[in-house]
Amino acid sequence: MTETYDVRADTTLEGLDARLVVDRGAFRLDVALTVAPGEVVALLGPNGAGKTTALRALAGLTPLTDGHLRLDGAELDRTPPESRPVGVVFQDYLLFPHLTALDNVAFGPRCQGAAKAQARARAAEWLDRLGLTDHAGAKPRKLSGGQAQRVALARALATRPRLLLLDEPLAALDARTRLEVRAQLRRHLAEFEAVAVLVTHDPLDAMVLADRLVVVEHGRVVQQGSPADIARHPRTDYIAQLVGLNLYRGEADGHTVRLDGGPAITTTEDLSGPVYVAFPPGAVTLHRDRPTGSSARNLWRCEVAGLETHGDQIRADLAGELPLAADLTTVAAAELDLHPGAEVWATVKATQTHAYPV
Amino acid sequence: MTSTSDRTGAAADTLRGGPRRRRVRSGVPLPLLFPALIGLAFLVVPLIALLVRTPWHSLPEQLTSPDVWQALQLSLICATAATAVSLILGVPLAWLLARVEFPGRGLLRALVTLPLVLPPVVGGVALLMALGRNGIVGQWLDSWFGITLPFTTTGVVIAEAFVAMPFLVISVEGTLRAADPRYEEAATTLGASRFTAFRRVTLPLIAPGIAAGAVLAWARALGEFGATITFAGNFPGRTQTMPLAVYLALQSDPEAAIALSLVLLAVSIAVLAGLRDRWMSAG
Repeated sequence: MTETYDVRADTTLEGLDARLVVDRGAFRLDVALTVAPGEVVALLGPNGAGKTTALRALAGLTPLTDGHLRLDGAELDRTPPESRPVGVVFQDYLLFPHLTALDNVAFGPRCQGAAKAQARARAAEWLDRLGLTDHAGAKPRKLSGGQAQRVALARALATRPRLLLLDEPLAALDARTRLEVRAQLRRHLAEFEAVAVLVTHDPLDAMVLADRLVVVEHGRVVQQGSPADIARHPRTDYIAQLVGLNLYRGEADGHTVRLDGGPAITTTEDLSGPVYVAFPPGAVTLHRDRPTGSSARNLWRCEVAGLETHGDQIRADLAGELPLAADLTTVAAAELDLHPGAEVWATVKATQTHAYPV
Repeated sequence: MTSTSDRTGAAADTLRGGPRRRRVRSGVPLPLLFPALIGLAFLVVPLIALLVRTPWHSLPEQLTSPDVWQALQLSLICATAATAVSLILGVPLAWLLARVEFPGRGLLRALVTLPLVLPPVVGGVALLMALGRNGIVGQWLDSWFGITLPFTTTGVVIAEAFVAMPFLVISVEGTLRAADPRYEEAATTLGASRFTAFRRVTLPLIAPGIAAGAVLAWARALGEFGATITFAGNFPGRTQTMPLAVYLALQSDPEAAIALSLVLLAVSIAVLAGLRDRWMSAG
């Protein structure tokens, strides 16, 4: 097992360095990924973006069409999955139903050549670390969702992987368990000393668990950076929607950004050339009649395309010369008599917008 | 016809959940009920007849006769050996058919299933052509190793396995297809080779399917007649299994034939009872 990769042969090569190319008929995944040891990276993207394919390629379950895969300086792209120092936590965990939690965790060490007693001792250690000692003898169907998730994590970690992969680690949990498990998982990932890559379509999971986000759409990386950076500077509609921002692209000339095929937005930043402009839905004020004497520099005429409740707020989906989302209170919505098809004027103060170069 | 069934359906609806729910049962249309009852009688009456005509007073004596014991023993040994052969060869074959993509897989599956529908006598003739002393394989076995298979106890096992193995393969393949192959992938990511994954994960997961297939194959082997008598002949103590003994006894000693049949019936019922949880609970 260990002879196929040379741990720390060259310290400058530590971590993951991969370019994953997988052709699947009309779909092509082409994702470059570099992750340092101790770093947690989340592949974030909509369903069908190729995140899971990328994960399977890293694990060796889907062969690469092209590209490379190096882990701690060792080439892995031709290595079969069983010989890769990779641990996987699957979306629905895939705990072996005929084995107890303990034997599930001991499975990896056994396959790596440990004697039965030794493998079980190591498994018991991992279960203890994850607070599962009381459930060591339980079959997977007796475990709760959160417990099964931790057993799956223990099973993956017990092989001492240099690359830990997690596929939608929280997707199978209900909302309450999710909150609790997310916090635990964050702690365990922070303790993990090697490379961790997780796949999720949930921006909150990604932002809580990962140090860095890699956003994948249509098989390509469209943006990467720290969660805070991505939340502030989204570069695609998908990310803007995820983080709840209105996002536009246009040409800046001083404080004015002329949008591609749309109106202009006045901003506070002084820029020139291609830029993004973003503002939160809460920054939008709606009026039934054209406002007079408003200090807002940006004024657009829109039509209500849809309304939905967001907690105690109402999110109005507006169409017109500038498609945008606006948040308002239920009281305000009632006073404005908002309904689909209603005509409204939307204003946004320049100070509420944020422009940044492409 | 349509209007009748519509009305029946409506009547059933109005009665559903009410205190007179049992009336729904009497709503079964006669054109279905009548043939159904005849069919039931057709299947059950012969078995009752067998019990009625069983010479109960002389049964202990019949069953303890050395001939019967010999045939029964031979039958059990051969059927069990044929099942073992089917397991050793059939489970890997089922895995191949279920898990590995290769050209001609559909054709291969059809070939494997063929003995299910092939008249067993034809199977016996085919075995003679393959493994007989002048068969395409048998002549080499004979001249190189001095092994002769036809008309031996080994020949009985071969004939029974030929007929019974497809039952096992079909059963196990179906279970394998229903089992989630991602468990094997999970095992692989934990460092298991494909064979280890099969042995330690897949095999336990499909064990119920294997057990059911093995019982089916064993029952089929135990009752095998055509291929056995064609390929292995009918030598008492060597190749004369229970079905062969029944057939032979019927011509000379009908009471013995009935007694032997009763034993086979009892075995069949035991098999059915063993599979009860799997099939009888359907629906």
